[in-house]
Order: sequence, then C-alpha cells, then structure tokens
Amino acid sequence: MTIDSTARMATLDSVGAARSDARARGTRSPWMPDLPAASTPTPPVGVDPAALLWSETVAPGGYTHLRVARGTRIRLEDLDGDASASVVVLSSLNTAERLNVADTQKIPWQAYLGAGHPLLSGDGRVLATIVEDTSGRHDALCGASGDAWNVRRFGDATPEGPTPSGHALLRMAAAKHGLTRRDIPPAASFFKGVRVAADGTLDWIGSAGAGTHVDLVAELPLIVLIANAPHPLDPRTDYVAGPLRVHAWRSRATDSDDPRFAASPERERAYLNTIAYAELAGL
Amino acid sequence: MAFTTTVPPRPIFAAGSVLDRSEPFVAGRIILDDDIAPRASWSAIVRAGDVFTLVDVGGNQSGDCLIFAAEDTSERYSAPDTLAWQGNAYVSTGTVLRSNLGEPLMTVVGNEIDRQDTIGGACSKESNTLRYGHHTAYQHACRENFLHEGERWGLTARDLVSNLNWFMNVPVEADGALGIVDGMSAPGRRVACRAERDVIVVISNCPQMNNPCNDFNVTPLRAIVTRPERAAR
Repeated sequence: MTIDSTARMATLDSVGAARSDARARGTRSPWMPDLPAASTPTPPVGVDPAALLWSETVAPGGYTHLRVARGTRIRLEDLDGDASASVVVLSSLNTAERLNVADTQKIPWQAYLGAGHPLLSGDGRVLATIVEDTSGRHDALCGASGDAWNVRRFGDATPEGPTPSGHALLRMAAAKHGLTRRDIPPAASFFKGVRVAADGTLDWIGSAGAGTHVDLVAELPLIVLIANAPHPLDPRTDYVAGPLRVHAWRSRATDSDDPRFAASPERERAYLNTIAYAELAGL
Repeated sequence: MAFTTTVPPRPIFAAGSVLDRSEPFVAGRIILDDDIAPRASWSAIVRAGDVFTLVDVGGNQSGDCLIFAAEDTSERYSAPDTLAWQGNAYVSTGTVLRSNLGEPLMTVVGNEIDRQDTIGGACSKESNTLRYGHHTAYQHACRENFLHEGERWGLTARDLVSNLNWFMNVPVEADGALGIVDGMSAPGRRVACRAERDVIVVISNCPQMNNPCNDFNVTPLRAIVTRPERAAR
C-alpha cells in the first residue's frame, strides 16, 4: 500500500497549522459523552434534561466509570437489545467495601436481579438499589467475560483489540480510580439473562429486546465501573455488543418512607445499617 | 493456666459427636496433615501437582475456601469464571477452579457429596446482622477468619471475593429462590483438589452459629496435602 503524505505535510507544517487541523475535525461520534448532560439526544422520559448530571453512550466493547454522590439515580439503557453491562460498584469512602454478589443473592434469598433488589457490599450495607427494571434479564452468576474466555472464543481479549473481555475493560475503568484487579470483585451483568436449571445447568435466556432500562440509586457515595462487552454465555459466534446509554441525575437514597425500605426484614436491616453509616459520616 | 473468661461462649461440638477423620483421597507422600478446629482458620501453599484433601470430619461442617496464585495473589479464585466456563452453577468432580483471569488454579479430582456450593459466599459479622439481626454482630464469622488468616500472606479486605463452600448445600430453585438448606454431607466425606500451579489455599471452618444445617454442632475439618508418587523414570 502506498500512503500519500501530501496532506500531512501541508496541514502539519507548523504548530498553527496542526492546531487549525485539529479544531476543524468533526466533533460527533455515535459513542460519546454529552456535555453538558442536558444536551443528551435521548433524555429519559419524565426527567427534566436540565436536571441531568451525566449523559453518555458507551461503545460496544467500551467502558465507563462514574463517581457519584449518595442519592444519585443512574439509568442504564439498552438501545438495540444488544448492550451487555457488567457492573461493579465500590464505596468511594472506602473502596475495600464493594459489590458482593454472594450477599446480594443470599441476603434477599433470590439469585435473580430485578426491581427492588439491593446490590449489597460485604459489609452489611446497600451500595445501590435497582429501583426500576424494564428488562428482567440479568445475571449475577457468570460475571464479566474473562480474558482466557475471550482468547479461547475470539483469539484476543485486549482492550485495544476487536474483542475486549469485560474483565479487561473493568480493569481499565478501575485503573482510572487508582484501583487494580484486586479491587474488581465478581460483577453483576445487566440486559443478558441466565437461569439455573434443576441440575445446575446455566441456561441462556439472553436479551429482553430493544429499548429496556435499569435504574440504580446510589445508597452511598460510589465509584461505578461499567463494561459493555458480550456476556460469556452469549451463544453467538460473533462478538456482538450494542450501544449502552448512561444517564445520571440527582435523586434520593432509600429512606424509611419508601415502600422498598421494609420489603423484607433483611432489607430493612440493610437500609438501617446504610443510613446509620451515612449519617454518622456526615452524609 | 487456670482462668475464666467473660468473652461470650464460643460454639463447641458435643461430647460423643460422631467424628470420622477419613484419609487422604489419593496415595502419596503426606506434605501436610492438619486438623482445623471448629471456627478456626487455616492456610497453606499447595504446590503444583499436589492434591489437597479436605475432610468433613463431623458432617455438614462448611469449609469456606479461597484460593490465590502463590506468585501473585492479585490472581485469585473467581466463582463467576469457574461457573461460566463449565456452564453449571454447582461445583463437582471435574470442575476446574478458575482465576479472575480465567486460568486454572485447581481441579476437583474427588468429591463425595452431590454438589458443592460457590454462590452463597461467606458469613460475616455484618451480613449476619441482615440475615439474623443485630444481636448476632458480636459473633465470630468466616469473613473474620479470612481477614485474620489472610494477614499471613499480605491479603486484606480487598482480596476477599466470592468463595467456595465445601460441604454446604445452596440450591437455586426454579423461581430463583436461593438459600442454605439441609446439607448432603456426613462424617468422613471428602473433597479433593489438584493444584494446577502453586496456590495458597485459605480455609475458614465456619462457626455456623445461626444456621441449623450442622445442628449447631461445629466440628473439625481435616486438611491434608498429598504429593502423588511420580512414575519412575
């Protein structure tokens, strides 16, 4: 292949020319944060765009990471039915307190995530609550796709390659907060469902289709790590992930007047622990 | 040293409990052979090729287990990788216990109960306040054991992930209901895992003070590491 360098030499022959070239380039892509958030092309129904704090479209095979205040509501939206969001949440007050999928399943006596389900830390507190869910197809058993898994399936798992693993992307997101792979516990995955058969077989139920969303409310100040990579049990031979929309706005943490507060004795104690911790910390 | 203590009573097992210490699952040179007292922790390096046998001496005594790559503990047991690779929610003979990078750490080469759990996680002082109430917060728990034992290897709360629960029965029912139910183990039942590389195995002998799955009778576990005889060259 012959590369024509005429344009490069013409546009980059001085810093001024290089600057002009950079500034003249396009500023839109299908996968980008919208700043300010009110400029979102798809504001959540019922939410005043001016109240939005964050708006972003995460690329297939991409990731994002948010640092949010207690009471922030985060909407994850699967536009075309192919998004696959592997999510890890950590307390930004103490990142050793992070999502514990075992407690998240054991304490509510329920393996499948859905509306009202608390995402628990290993410290007896609720990090976030799923307050709305129009998908119902999620998974807290298989985690994000791993490096060895993607290498076996596609030959590559690196973030820069055509088939990044969910775990590799979570490691990148974590690194942006000074965290390492020690800080990435098993993840919860949204928009791709798995069910357990009587003999333990993990049955793929996949996507609920286009246009579903999941809303999380942060019950403590959080670091939220999100990878958008195919679920490990996705049976398609190709690497298929769709765009993932992310919005965030100010809401409020669960309090004793919310119906979900006392949905079960275990959850009520979890919210009591969380509220006591937050108030003691001056939040 | 005759003394009394005002520390609240710790669970012990009843005199006359049926105990069966069994024997190593595979033949070979015995590298380690330790009893793990009720509610205590244990850890050791298991070298590549060696076989770790855990004996449920008194029956239905949960051995909560974490595994780390010895040369770099940031690579550690991963329940989700283990389950996704085998496409099944339960651990049994042949299950490859994989790391957070998806690499084999150990392989289950022997298992004498129907299925083993890796979904239910460890008990903790904190989670016990949710499951049972704040009156249990003073009690000892597996997470305490992991933190205490982990200190030996430089491991901290950052290193605690979803663990294995040897000899514990945690089914997932059709509607997603999940919980610890009556155990399927018995005195002397064993599980055995071959190390695929040098690993640190950490065990918490679960205090189980609030779950009737072992009749509130906490019994010892026996941990054995065997080096199988190599074929003569």
